[in-house]
Amino acid sequence: MTATAPARREPKRRRPSPAAAPLDSLADELLFLILDRAAAADPRALKAFAAASRACRAAESRHRRALRPLRADLLPAALARYPRAPRLDLTLCARVPDAALAAVAAAPGAAAASLRDLDLSRSAGFGAPGLAAVARACAGLQDLDLSNGVELGDAAAAEVARMRGLTRLSLARCKAVTDMGIGCVAVGCADLRDLSLRWCLGVTDLGIRLLALKCRKLATLDLSYTMITKESLPVIMKLPNLQVLTLVGCIGIDDDALCSLEKECSKSLQVLDMSHCQNVTDVGVSSIVKSMPNLLELDLSYCCPQITPPLARSFKNITKLRTLKLEGCKFVADGLKAIGTSCVSIRELSLSKCSGVTDTELSFAVSRLKNLLKLDITCCRNITDLSLAAITSSCASLISLRMEACSRVSSGALQLIGKHCSQLEELDLTDSDLDDEGLKGLAGCSKLSSLKIGICLRISDEGLIHIGKSCPKLRDIDLYRCGGIRDDGIIQIALGCPMLESINLSYCTEITDRSLMSLSKCGKLTTLEMRGCPRVSSTGLSEIAMGCRLLSKLDIKKCFEINDVAMLYLSQFSHSLRQINLSYCSVTDIGLLSLSSICGLQNMTIVHLSGITPNGLIAALMVCGGLRKVKLHEAFKSMMPPHMIKAVEARGCGLQWIDKPFKVEVEPCDVWKQQSQDVLVR
Amino acid sequence: MEGGMTSLETAMKASSSMASGAIRNADSDQQTLRSNSLEQFYFPRPGQLPGIPPFFGPPSSSLYLPNDNEAKIGNPFESIPSQNKDWDPHAIVSNLTFLEQKIKQVKDIVQSMSNRENQIAGGSCEVAAKQQLITADLTSIIIQLISTAGSLLPSMKNPLLSSNPAVRQLGNSLGSPMGFGMNANQRPSVDNKTDIPGAGKTSDYDELMNNLNTTQDERDELMKCPNPCGGEGSEPTPMEDHDVKESDDGGEGENLPPGSYVVLQLEKEEILAPHTHFCLICGKGFKRDANLRMHMRGHGDEYKTPAALAKPTKDSGSDHAPVTRYSCPFVGCKRNKEHKKFQPLKTILCVKNHYKRSHCDKSYTCSRCNTKKFSVIADLKTHEKHCGRDKWLCSCGTTFSRKDKLFGHVALFQGHTPALPMDDVKVSEASEQPQDSEPMNEMTRSMGYSFPCSSSDGLSNLDMKMVDDARFSPLSFDPCFGAFDDFTRPGFDISEDPFSFLPLGSCSYGQQNVDS
Repeated sequence: MTATAPARREPKRRRPSPAAAPLDSLADELLFLILDRAAAADPRALKAFAAASRACRAAESRHRRALRPLRADLLPAALARYPRAPRLDLTLCARVPDAALAAVAAAPGAAAASLRDLDLSRSAGFGAPGLAAVARACAGLQDLDLSNGVELGDAAAAEVARMRGLTRLSLARCKAVTDMGIGCVAVGCADLRDLSLRWCLGVTDLGIRLLALKCRKLATLDLSYTMITKESLPVIMKLPNLQVLTLVGCIGIDDDALCSLEKECSKSLQVLDMSHCQNVTDVGVSSIVKSMPNLLELDLSYCCPQITPPLARSFKNITKLRTLKLEGCKFVADGLKAIGTSCVSIRELSLSKCSGVTDTELSFAVSRLKNLLKLDITCCRNITDLSLAAITSSCASLISLRMEACSRVSSGALQLIGKHCSQLEELDLTDSDLDDEGLKGLAGCSKLSSLKIGICLRISDEGLIHIGKSCPKLRDIDLYRCGGIRDDGIIQIALGCPMLESINLSYCTEITDRSLMSLSKCGKLTTLEMRGCPRVSSTGLSEIAMGCRLLSKLDIKKCFEINDVAMLYLSQFSHSLRQINLSYCSVTDIGLLSLSSICGLQNMTIVHLSGITPNGLIAALMVCGGLRKVKLHEAFKSMMPPHMIKAVEARGCGLQWIDKPFKVEVEPCDVWKQQSQDVLVR
Repeated sequence: MEGGMTSLETAMKASSSMASGAIRNADSDQQTLRSNSLEQFYFPRPGQLPGIPPFFGPPSSSLYLPNDNEAKIGNPFESIPSQNKDWDPHAIVSNLTFLEQKIKQVKDIVQSMSNRENQIAGGSCEVAAKQQLITADLTSIIIQLISTAGSLLPSMKNPLLSSNPAVRQLGNSLGSPMGFGMNANQRPSVDNKTDIPGAGKTSDYDELMNNLNTTQDERDELMKCPNPCGGEGSEPTPMEDHDVKESDDGGEGENLPPGSYVVLQLEKEEILAPHTHFCLICGKGFKRDANLRMHMRGHGDEYKTPAALAKPTKDSGSDHAPVTRYSCPFVGCKRNKEHKKFQPLKTILCVKNHYKRSHCDKSYTCSRCNTKKFSVIADLKTHEKHCGRDKWLCSCGTTFSRKDKLFGHVALFQGHTPALPMDDVKVSEASEQPQDSEPMNEMTRSMGYSFPCSSSDGLSNLDMKMVDDARFSPLSFDPCFGAFDDFTRPGFDISEDPFSFLPLGSCSYGQQNVDS
């Protein structure tokens, strides 16, 4: 949805041909339908459509819902062309000066007045004056995202308070905003439905209390990592329309605060997230669950040190509970069994990284939770085939099963997954004993969309071919360090899974350009990670660049064969590229400079490239205006002119200096796995 | 006369009409006494003054009292009901006639004294003797009055007494030199006596009494009420509720049941006197601790020990001394014991501060802001510490010294919003934009304050008025930004830059905006 890339024109642009005329006479509604379909197939089609005729261009400008300029200085032009776009997304502009916001406010026509949604969450450089201009001009603004505005203070919040119509506001990580700013917002924006104050460390109970008093319509509230205590928790809990309350990492919330709530909880509350509230124990939790009868989702991850049977039984009071997350908790004395008997309604259970999960308890629990749709038992290292047998036999309707690093489950038991759970859409078997037979069994899961089978050293092309043949809906496959995979398996995946969006081939050392050539047929591919694949070369990557135009994330670290040629292709075709890791490649200054012509590029990692000189590097950094974060080798720091570094940083680009030793060789997958398991034993 | 009547009547709504009739009579007597006080008349000296016992049956007083009343007065508590039933108008008439005569006599003595003072400068012995004589006479008159009127009114007891500080002072100044022990049994009669004069008419009478008692330098101005109004079951006097805004701390959170403590009521003069040492038993104040210790001896032998004399009797008296609370002498005040929702004050210091804060002029003005006034100097000092530093500001212009106060205010009033202090706005803007220009500063300052109140709110925004509207109108806003092109490149100066291919196109903002 990149708007108005300035110099891009259709190579063979002609005057509107007579064939385009019928299109002009279509009603707007029909044109918009066509546009929607075209955009769904390929976002770039909109540009071609607009170029077809004047009427098409006008229709496209009328129909555009969102603007996402690459640079803030393009704003006036973009707003002139799309005066009715309700959403302005500035996430690609690292630096949005006040003047740019003033330009938005001063845009000709109704552009400012029709703006509903403004996203400044990834931008810096603006302050209260810019927001004041927006507040004055954009009377209809409803949705404002100021996340990560670490420079924004109370003055900025006071300007936000003048946007009376705001219903959604995010001030996440606006650490300089204090109670005064929040007080202004609370009084000014009384219609707020959705507010995030995550990481607003300057906000205390005073501000939160006033907020709860003035903004009675709040339905979604994120107070994570704030200093909220029992002083303001009751008023928040009593908000009449509150549905989603997020209290992640609130150290001020303790048992005392929860117990003091009594029955004062909002009856409308549906989602409560208290993960990482380290001062909350089972006592506090069991005291509040009684008064939240309508709760659908409860997250107690890393919150209660112990899940005791009484706590588990108290969940009985939440009759509608559907999601229960208990990551990182410790089960004592049949706590898990009690979960099984108490939470019969739940559909989603997460026991990731829990300790005290044993075969008998888990088997008992899942035998009661027959309606489970999602189960996460990541890192429950003690469970064996018994548990998996119980899971697969009881929960036949599972759509998501995540069991990374359940290393004691044997390959034979893993075959049961495919046999019984045919509804699976998401499966994570990373670091397991999976073999080709298991993969063959998964062939029954035709709805599979995400398959993570990294660090499964026993799988080979033979098994992967089954997946490729039977899982046409696959979007995401992770084959990290699957040393047994060769080109044939990947080719089959590429052929059988046209929807593929993301593939991870890192350290699959055997794959070659053949795999890449076949993958280039996957037009929706956005993420390609293949670090440590020494046998791929520029040829294969060039094919990818030409075929996968939507590619936005590319990791080719330690693909030593890849050189400037591939970069030239990327710069020519991959205009969606946002992130690239070039470490250890054979790319030189030329490749880097050509790469930097991709205006949307945000993240680059350029470490240990022998062909890069400081001059080439600084030139690339200066040219590439949209950069946000660049990792460079420490050695370059002293070789680049300091004022240049300053200039780059002033534009909003963070430079991270890496000081890792140069290490070319890649250890074999089995050695690596053994090392990782040795850590576990120790 | 009529004014006195109405004030009395309002104060005694609960009383019977019969009682008020009696008071009317008594009042008229009092009037006579005062208006004729200059007449000269010689009156034979009554019996030994110190010989008058603390009770109402002095041998000398029998001379003046009709016989039928004497016995009853001797024990008023027992006699009240029967007296009420067999109320005899004739007896009262004879009593009053007698009183008239008696008052006339006293008036004459006083008159003669004033005349003689003019003639002979010396003769202090004789004057003193006469003063004593007058005092004794007046006392007996008052006693007589009370026994006539007061005993008829069983419902009028303590409350009315204490409702008028000046009256009570009169009673005290009369009583103490005469050696009347102000004990509990005596209270009802004394109380009723003090009802007699109207509230506003007592002052000159009071003065007279003070003059008569000049020999006594330590007057007992304080009365001890072992049982406050609520305790004895006597009806609290209906009274208008003057809810004075309380700022003192004494007795605020306490919930002592009425009757479980002794209520002391210091007088106005006592409260305002610059005393620092107070008797823990009666509340009397002294300038010197030594005087207090000497005073304490009068409270009993236990205070005469060397230890008690050495230092204040805080610890030794703590176990046996009853819980003492204080009443404000201001009638109608919530801290006054007549009040329906009486809240006693905990310490004498509380009394002093409360009285000064609530019922005195605020004579201390803050020299910094020249607006805030205080009646307690400590308050002024506290304020001066923070004056000018009220940095918590509301959009309505009110300032607060504490953030929670501001937020309480904002929570209370619709449309009010916290406002950022001028300095803060400037500072924060300056930190955001290091290359701030002057118009920018002006603008941010104005914007920092211009929170529009909701239109329905009548409170106009004070700070809004300071904004120079012409300068910051939307029309002139855009050119303002022409000066900010530098913002796009903070931290370095482009002129030093050898690279001229900077990709930023932001230099065009100013022109674009001006054009549009």
